[in-house]
Amino acid sequence: MQLLRAILQRLLTTAITLIGVAVIVFVVVRVVPGNPIAMMLPPGATDEDIARLTAQYGLDKTIPEQFLIWARGVLHGDFGTSITARQPVLDLVLGRLPATLELSLMALVIAVILGGIAALTGTRKRDTLTEAGIDITNGMALSIPDFLWGLLLILAFGVLVPIFHISGRVTPSLELPFTTDFYLVESLVRLRFDLWLDIVSHMFLPALALAIPLAAIIGQLLKQSLKETMHLDYVTLARTKGYGENHVILREALPNAILPTLTLVGVQFTFLIGGTVIIERLFSYEGLGNMAIDAVINRDLPLIQGIVILFAVIFTAVNLVVDLLYAVLNPRLRHG
Amino acid sequence: MSFLQVTNLSARIKGSDHRLLRGVSLTVEAGEVRGLVGESGAGKSMIGKAILGILPRAIEITGGSILLNGTELLTLSPAERRRLIGASTALIPQDPLTALNPSRRIGPQITDRLVDILGWSRSAADARATELLDEVQITDPTRVLRAYPHELSGGMRQRILIASAFAAEPKLIIADEPTTALDVTVQKQILKLIATMQARHGTALLFVTHDLGVVAKVCQKISVLYGGLVVEDTTAEAYFTGPAHAYSRALLAATPKYTNPEASLLPIPDAVIAAVQADVDAYDRRVP
Repeated sequence: MQLLRAILQRLLTTAITLIGVAVIVFVVVRVVPGNPIAMMLPPGATDEDIARLTAQYGLDKTIPEQFLIWARGVLHGDFGTSITARQPVLDLVLGRLPATLELSLMALVIAVILGGIAALTGTRKRDTLTEAGIDITNGMALSIPDFLWGLLLILAFGVLVPIFHISGRVTPSLELPFTTDFYLVESLVRLRFDLWLDIVSHMFLPALALAIPLAAIIGQLLKQSLKETMHLDYVTLARTKGYGENHVILREALPNAILPTLTLVGVQFTFLIGGTVIIERLFSYEGLGNMAIDAVINRDLPLIQGIVILFAVIFTAVNLVVDLLYAVLNPRLRHG
Repeated sequence: MSFLQVTNLSARIKGSDHRLLRGVSLTVEAGEVRGLVGESGAGKSMIGKAILGILPRAIEITGGSILLNGTELLTLSPAERRRLIGASTALIPQDPLTALNPSRRIGPQITDRLVDILGWSRSAADARATELLDEVQITDPTRVLRAYPHELSGGMRQRILIASAFAAEPKLIIADEPTTALDVTVQKQILKLIATMQARHGTALLFVTHDLGVVAKVCQKISVLYGGLVVEDTTAEAYFTGPAHAYSRALLAATPKYTNPEASLLPIPDAVIAAVQADVDAYDRRVP
């Protein structure tokens, strides 16, 4: 009963958040300078041409009127038609979503692995030069933004030592037997490891660029919590039972120390998804972010709205997942 | 030979000349209960931690020897030492609220040593855990073994920690002020429980406490500590009939009496502190 109420409450706040996002985006893209119609027509188009097209896209109406029309469509699952691509926004956006999801999740996995290794090693070797080295590396990883890591990685592993692909999602000449847009997952399911390797080799550098700052945050915070936890009585008691350092860190300290990190990862992961916009552009990766930049350049209002709403839905979903995980990992929250 | 023999044990804070233990010697015979008393900061808990090998990293042992059943602990490799400590000793910690891992169920926290370190089968360890909870008078062991620490009261948790300490039938248990963190009404029951368990299992016990009432109830031998120096090592009987050292006498006099709660608390006289401090200074001059 309590759980049901919590879920309903959550859905309600989510709905209000999304409406707020929709209103703000809708207004902002119409208020800022730049006119989609002007972008579509060749120079020298007559005023009548402009007026006709403006009316065709409903842009001659007031902003509240336009919003109501758009909102009614959304409620029926119609997010409008892209001005530049002349296709339904929903199809375009959902077609690109899997690419971005796969990239973000791969980045998250890399960040958790790298950050986890840094935190565990730093705890194991605490108060030594190794820990100092890890701290310095973390600091550097954190103070360089993801797009700069992207450029560095392109230079290092795309140009100087070309072992990874630096452009696109998959080698264009390859025959793709996929029925979904989740290439990474589907290539595995179909046991096409040749394709899988090609896709990973395309995704690895952009994912790594996104992952490095997050890995540094995870490494730093988790190490801090672990070191604090290592002083607690139950850890000391485990030592007197005959357990060594590795066991004590992994089984006694880690399950408790991981909780604050989990909360932060939830927040930071949404930043990471935001980071895909520039990183996808940098690596010509055909995801939502890349599409978002094109949509903004072309003032493709319906498409911008669709993409932003989708990002907002993803962010909310990530936060929900984090809250659920938190409840699973922390027994004190489970009953209660 | 004594089961535990600590000889001339000294410790200090690393990289400073701040001494924490000054040539501490004490013995615990098999099956015997020794009380380790003194004020806060006298080094009582430090001795227990040194024996168990859980001193904070900032503290180093500068000399002396700890013989456990004839084996010198201070020269063993860390892994060998951990194994020996895990197999033949146990700790009853001070604060039951922080000594159980909040994210693990009670059962595995009792049985983990039996299974992982001593190689028991899981079913034998589980049966042992149930039997032990029975022994520490927990009425529904099955539920408690599946519970998380936050679902249990402080007194319950201390019972569980006592059960866990006796689980592997250790030869020596170090009880580090096991009743200090508990409610006064629960203290008595827990103390009685430890005394009963000790007598039944015949375990040697090193009882660290500042509560002389506790010492009077359960201990046969007593070491009095001041400034990391043993100022008196005697039997409980001799201690309570007429302690030899002025500091011990003052400590005894400073203990509040339940029989006369109106009496004002006696501080330890300055002259006595000065005298015992002189002993400490003399030690420092003698042992540079």
